[in-house]
Amino acid sequence: MTTSSFVDGSEAIQDSMAKALELSPVESHLHPEGSFDLADHPVPTGLEEIWRFTPLKRLRDLHKDAPLDGDHHTVEVDAAPGVTAVSVPVADSARGVSGYVPVDRVSARAWAAATSVFEVTIPADAEIEQPTTIRLHGAGIEKAGAGHLLVRAGRFSRAVVVVDYDGSATWAENIEVVVEDGAHLTFVTIQDWNDDSVHVVTQHATVGRDAELRHVAVSLGGDVVRASTSADYRGTGGSVEMLGVYFADAGQHIEHRLFADHTAPRTKSNVEYKGALQGQDAHTVWIGNVLIRKEAEGILTYESNDNLVLTDGAKADSVPNLEIETGDIEGAGHASTTGRFDDQHLFYLQSRGIPEEEARRLVVHGFFNDIIRRIGVPALQERLVASIEAELAEHVGRID
Amino acid sequence: MATLEIKDLHVTVTTEEGEKEILKGVDLTVKTGEVHAIMGPNGSGKSTLAYSIAGHPKYNITSGTVTLDGVDILSMSVDERARAGLFLAMQYPVEVPGVSVANFLRTAKTAIDGEAPKLRTWVKDVNAALERVTLDKDFAQRSVNEGFSGGEKKRHEIAQLELLNPKFAVLDETDSGLDIDALRVVSEGVNRYSDQGDRGVLLITHYTRILRYIKPDYVHVFVAGRVADQGGPELADELEANGYDKYVKAAAL
Repeated sequence: MTTSSFVDGSEAIQDSMAKALELSPVESHLHPEGSFDLADHPVPTGLEEIWRFTPLKRLRDLHKDAPLDGDHHTVEVDAAPGVTAVSVPVADSARGVSGYVPVDRVSARAWAAATSVFEVTIPADAEIEQPTTIRLHGAGIEKAGAGHLLVRAGRFSRAVVVVDYDGSATWAENIEVVVEDGAHLTFVTIQDWNDDSVHVVTQHATVGRDAELRHVAVSLGGDVVRASTSADYRGTGGSVEMLGVYFADAGQHIEHRLFADHTAPRTKSNVEYKGALQGQDAHTVWIGNVLIRKEAEGILTYESNDNLVLTDGAKADSVPNLEIETGDIEGAGHASTTGRFDDQHLFYLQSRGIPEEEARRLVVHGFFNDIIRRIGVPALQERLVASIEAELAEHVGRID
Repeated sequence: MATLEIKDLHVTVTTEEGEKEILKGVDLTVKTGEVHAIMGPNGSGKSTLAYSIAGHPKYNITSGTVTLDGVDILSMSVDERARAGLFLAMQYPVEVPGVSVANFLRTAKTAIDGEAPKLRTWVKDVNAALERVTLDKDFAQRSVNEGFSGGEKKRHEIAQLELLNPKFAVLDETDSGLDIDALRVVSEGVNRYSDQGDRGVLLITHYTRILRYIKPDYVHVFVAGRVADQGGPELADELEANGYDKYVKAAAL
């Protein structure tokens, strides 16, 4: 009797789980209908919600019809032992395995134009401390190019993958990240472009049952960088941490659009981005979207964005959005701050003899350190501290 | 010997109702080797005096002078004053996120001395200073004052006092909010500092309690923005017994 009721119960649970994971349709501007068909993605005018912050005129027609056949770039790979990192023709690739369907025109165009997929595969159960690094070096902005990267972390694996962009490029890109059940992946992108680069990248991550993704975006260089990153969940207990650090100089446009789509119960998302701006017309945009679907009971989400405006003439836009379609959540919150130096911080440091310029440097480092020290890759953390120091050395002395 | 001299200091702050005068002509001279206690009721301007000496931008000096060995410090920036030998232990030490205590102390020490401290001895010195105020050496790796309890913040101020070892220390209600053990630890730190013999202390306090541990040479009663009375340590005993009432009433007349 007991056994039989147990089996019944178990079946009932499985049945309800299957129902839970079969998502109900959502009508939300946070969740645009994707399409592979370019005809479904008209040329944006700049009035659209998803484009209204982006300087379309500076996109070199990536959003219109610029040919994406440029190959003025080189890729260097430093794969950790056990990790495979190879370029394969689209036809032989596992492209689309994340479930991603292009949500905007640049993404759809990059999807159509890409001829190969760079696949990084971490085998199941592998625990790999050494980061795998992919360095994409742009050798010219004249011809626009398109890329596709697919990172798959096998069940119960642990690994770090870093994508490092430098040089000059006009680059449209899709990135898929699949974190299978129980896996733990740290995925880092570093935009260390020259000042003339334009980079529009759309990333989608799908996170398995009890899996963890730590997604880190570092944006320092480029003329226009627009990075849209979404994450959803394939099972209960998945966790996504999105950490971001950005530093915009005069004339730079750096835009991050984050979307945590809670598609499964008891999942977590934690989004924390911090940016500094300095110089005339430095512009940053942070959009933090979170959708908690009806099925996503017991989830926990928090998103925050802090901007430190170092000079006049710089502008930070920061828009958190939270849509909740279930009454049963563990926690959901967001915070956004944009401000100048805190006079109290400077006063305290100066009262200990530290000159004002040095005090400002310390405060900026401290501001970013909160995020940087959580990346969990020591060599990378040191490099970021040095990069921020270099950014500051150029300007902080001239702050009024 | 060095002298910190405050003459006829008038200070205002900007409020919603306009400029409000807080200090109304303060005269005070502190020499190295001396401990001065400034005592007064809430709102008498004690903290304003401390912050004005340190150079907080919120306070406007409308007249008067503050000199250190005859040199005008009011024209100096906050950090220049500190490098000239002034230190303010704050009533509410500021949290500075992401800046470690170790980095903060090393940067401050380098600025004050004009050269980086010797690496070999410095870490030992920091650990010893923290230990003397019963802070675990792990505090060196934490962000400045972030998540510290009220008592830990005050002990951290005293550790800084000992490491930076300025000519003059202004202690702004360092005793407030401390339990008896922390009060003893903080007082011992101040005494070690002043026992060097060539340092000056301006101890601002609301209560006489800390004067059981730190013996002042002079006591000044501060009421309504100026020094209302002064004397030796016996004045503190009288305040303990009778409070500030007679001064407050006199000032209100």
